[in-house]
Amino acid sequence: MSRLEVRHVRKAFGGLEVLADISLRVDAGEFVSILGPSGAGKSTLFQLLTGAEHGEGEMFFDGAPLDDHGRHFAFMPQRDALMPWRRILDNTTLGLEVQGVHRKAARSRVAPLFAEFGLAGFERHFPAQLSGGMRQRAALLRTVVQERDMLLLDEPFGALDALTRAAMQRWLEQMWRHYRWTALLITHDVREAVFLSDRIYVLSARPARVVREIKVPLPRPRDPAGARQSGILEAEILDILLNLQPSKGHDHD
Amino acid sequence: MASSSFNPRHLAGLFAQAAPAVISIGLLLVAWELYVNHSGIKPTVLPAPSRVLEQAMLNRDALLDNAIPTIRATLIGFACSLSAAFALSMLVDFFQPLRRALFPVFIVSQTLPLVAIAPLVVLWFGFGLTPKIMLVALVTFFPMLVALVQGYEATEVEIGQMLRSMGAGRWRVFWLARLPSALPYFFAGLRISITYAVVGAIFAEYAGAAKGLGIYMLNAKNNFRPDLVLAAVGVSAALTLVLFGLTVLLQHLAMPWERAAGRQTAGKGPHA
Repeated sequence: MSRLEVRHVRKAFGGLEVLADISLRVDAGEFVSILGPSGAGKSTLFQLLTGAEHGEGEMFFDGAPLDDHGRHFAFMPQRDALMPWRRILDNTTLGLEVQGVHRKAARSRVAPLFAEFGLAGFERHFPAQLSGGMRQRAALLRTVVQERDMLLLDEPFGALDALTRAAMQRWLEQMWRHYRWTALLITHDVREAVFLSDRIYVLSARPARVVREIKVPLPRPRDPAGARQSGILEAEILDILLNLQPSKGHDHD
Repeated sequence: MASSSFNPRHLAGLFAQAAPAVISIGLLLVAWELYVNHSGIKPTVLPAPSRVLEQAMLNRDALLDNAIPTIRATLIGFACSLSAAFALSMLVDFFQPLRRALFPVFIVSQTLPLVAIAPLVVLWFGFGLTPKIMLVALVTFFPMLVALVQGYEATEVEIGQMLRSMGAGRWRVFWLARLPSALPYFFAGLRISITYAVVGAIFAEYAGAAKGLGIYMLNAKNNFRPDLVLAAVGVSAALTLVLFGLTVLLQHLAMPWERAAGRQTAGKGPHA
């Protein structure tokens, strides 16, 4: 059953058309990626979902029109957005605190998850004392403990070095298999999209429209054994992206 | 955690940092002393540092007596200015149009020559504490306001977006993100303003006061006692340095994460 459904959403900033026509859906427990060139307006879609911006078109959550945006989504921004002045434990409880959970109760809810997120022993550290990968794991922990219906991940590993990014992708895939979050991931990394997703929406350059929806039939866990199959899929998607014309007349499907 | 920053190595580092300044000031004083001794210049024109120190010790009761009103004016004036700057910075942050309306007025206030304004303020408000507080506030208010407003603006965009996605309203965003983001700017402004504050107080007293370092300097000058003028200057410099040191200490205590950033825990624990 589809949890999130977006129908013919458009958005323009002044005269600049950013989203031309976006329709997509995310089912319960499904990991879906939005893949597109940089500057295609992928983040704008998240702003519409979280209610930071308003556009045309229809958005539904569990069949009902999306109005109370904050209730459904836990949003993880591009950079980790950890507050430098808060210790890691207090950074991860931030969402709960905003929801009105008492600080002590919030801490006791988050603390048991530190080991699983590879952060045990770093509760009292400040973000500046952590490596990039650890910071991203802390940011993800802050996102998932909000216990919203769905995760919105905006290029969460974009700022990491290649090796750390690969490690984080594997770790996230493993975590996802455990928790089965309903998740929507924005990325411009083909390999990342194939590795993590059940389905991928390929977006055109600005103004963005969905040019292709791709199912990823690869078995989970996504280990290196499936590398050959994923390689074929990656090449196919890369082809689509490279053949995209930035011109307006380009038709999809 | 906080106590770990006061270890001996840290102190030794502090001395090493201060050494060049101490040496250069020391050399300057020695050169001054030698010049006065060898040129035979009269002490009523240029007294030697040793004489200034000697006279300062002899007149320490009078100096202290006059330093207290200056300290009081500085601290009260600065506290008023800080409170006003904080209140207004919040107002400006919440209602952006106010910024365009008010900032030109404040900028003009910064162009007023203190020499001209100080006697007028004394004329209007008398020889008491009020005009001193007002002048201290006048010179320190705007730098503090600008520091705070800039600090709020420096909040990471992503942090704001994330907080709003969590359901935080403007107050929560201000309290949780904008205010802490402004702290480094606030302390930078504080360090600059506190030095202005002492000068402002002395200027106000110079224009007219019953007591204070400013009026003490004026009287000493009129009595042809440059040694006492310089002794009072030394006291005001020491006062400024102490206040400056206090702001540094305050920043140190208020922003423990700044220190933490310095000691990276490289190689400790599992890195991704």
